[in-house]
Amino acid sequence: MLAKTILIRLLSTAVTLFGVAVVVFTLIRVAPGNPISMMLPPGATQEDIANLNALYGFDKSLPEQFVIWLGGVLHGDFGTSITLRRPVSELVLGRLPATLELSVMALTIAVALGGFVAVIGARKRGTATEVGLDLTSGAVLSIPDFLWGLVFVLLFGVLWPILSISGRIDPRIDFDFTTNFYLIEGVLRGRFDVVGSTLSHMLMPAMSLALPLAAMIAQLLKQNLKEVLVQDYTTLARVRGFSETSVILREALRNAALPTIALIGVQFTFLIGGTVIVERLFAYEGLGNMAIDAVINRDLPLVQGIVLLFAALFTVINLLVDLSYTFLNPRLRNG
Amino acid sequence: MADVLTKPFRRRATPMNLRLWLPLVWIAVVAAAALFAPFIAPHDPLAQDLMLERLPPAFMDGSEPGHWLGTDSLGRDVLSRMIYGARIALFVSLIAATATCIFGSTLGLIAGFYGGWPDRIISRLVDIWMAFPPVLFAVLLVAVMGTGLGSVIAAIALIDWTRFARVIRAETMVQARMDYVDSARIGGARRAATLVSEILPNVLPSIIALLMLEMGIAVIVEAILSFVNLSISSDDPTWGSMIAEGRGSIHFAWWVLLFPLITLFLTVLSFSTLGEGLKQHFDPVHK
Repeated sequence: MLAKTILIRLLSTAVTLFGVAVVVFTLIRVAPGNPISMMLPPGATQEDIANLNALYGFDKSLPEQFVIWLGGVLHGDFGTSITLRRPVSELVLGRLPATLELSVMALTIAVALGGFVAVIGARKRGTATEVGLDLTSGAVLSIPDFLWGLVFVLLFGVLWPILSISGRIDPRIDFDFTTNFYLIEGVLRGRFDVVGSTLSHMLMPAMSLALPLAAMIAQLLKQNLKEVLVQDYTTLARVRGFSETSVILREALRNAALPTIALIGVQFTFLIGGTVIVERLFAYEGLGNMAIDAVINRDLPLVQGIVLLFAALFTVINLLVDLSYTFLNPRLRNG
Repeated sequence: MADVLTKPFRRRATPMNLRLWLPLVWIAVVAAAALFAPFIAPHDPLAQDLMLERLPPAFMDGSEPGHWLGTDSLGRDVLSRMIYGARIALFVSLIAATATCIFGSTLGLIAGFYGGWPDRIISRLVDIWMAFPPVLFAVLLVAVMGTGLGSVIAAIALIDWTRFARVIRAETMVQARMDYVDSARIGGARRAATLVSEILPNVLPSIIALLMLEMGIAVIVEAILSFVNLSISSDDPTWGSMIAEGRGSIHFAWWVLLFPLITLFLTVLSFSTLGEGLKQHFDPVHK
């Protein structure tokens, strides 16, 4: 039964991804402006134009172009970037680690901060503190990451300039990276200057992405904790002499966490989507920043590659969330 | 008798009223600024004066009388640009949110009420749409359609309809199973007529609440697109282009970023508080 569920979800994911490919391809081909003309030096002959068109496959019919492109994609060939003149797959995979590190960092902050506030709120339930936390999280979650980013730029970039407001790492740092996971590699190789500089560049964008999600987690988890805290087994734990805080941490949290885990799963893709503008705001060298440049420069193969990678990332995360939810919730296991 | 009927009602309504009133007051202020911009704004929002560049706001040393919130790096008055910016922000949010609402709600109603193939197609489209990072999608659409306010509005509607479609589809499915729908059908009403005259009024509160939320989102999307220079021309006074300009000259003139940011912040917060407030106001469980 479970295998059948997984198979159906996998097929559905494939159909969605195919749809994404069709939408991206169509959008880009109807875009005005000929990218070829931008690549040619002044005084290029008609023959040069025809050659380049043939090279990039623009001389064929649209369905033909789509089939050729999709065939390439399925073999891992995403074409060549028009502006950067390097394989799209190489460029995109080179930037992916930066975006992944940022997203995971943001997710970690959101879970830690949201969880902390939820526990405090549940501990202080019925008091003014709870009302205050509710109002704050309500306001925090309605402000999107872009505005938080700007607030942080003003606070920690100008008013109290302790963090770096642009880039991914201090360019003066001399370090020969073997991967593009700067933070992880810095930690593994014990280079604390690298770790410090990466964190100082990553903290503000990560916080901007994390805040709205943290507020959502705080609200939902607190609500579920309060529901669990009136049940018999938590009363029993209190009778056995556990303090309220340890009742929450030891007994209630485990049973109240499931809806929050589902929420985090769903919201994680939204968070990754937010990296596009937040990376732009902080000039952070990730996928999203590259994507906006690619759109502005009409670098069609690069745009296609990045959008497709994002879409694949989103659908795979959603698939994993669905499956893990089925796995974690015994009631859904036979569904 | 009348007293008995109104009293408890009034008491319950009080805290909700404050949550609806505060945002309404702010939105009214922004709307007034937008409507009467030519009469309120102390300066021409486009007038450059390189002799008066990066003047600080009135409460700081070195300010110039008449430029209450200072000037930007081209010597343009920040307050006047913000007031004219309210026009573009409210225009976009009103038109884009309404278009998104009509488009998305219609698809949601159809999917939720008819089920079957229409539902399968619409739900699949929603899945595909949700697989795009929205900002990248917006940037891509505007790049395809060409910059300008029309493209910004179209991009918002073409991306965010899923928000309405998902919620309204789910609510319509719940409503469609209710007894009153069956009785309308037994009474001889046609299916389309049932959808419009029976179900639509019952999902309308959710639609209105979502519409408010969407107006806040539209303001942000316009600002984001201005920020990446894809909205209208960067000379025009939009909050987003002011923010972009402020981000660029942040170390010389932080006020160019701060004031539009506060305005944007309050406007988005107002729309979303209003949306949430209305949602709870209409929700019988919360009453």
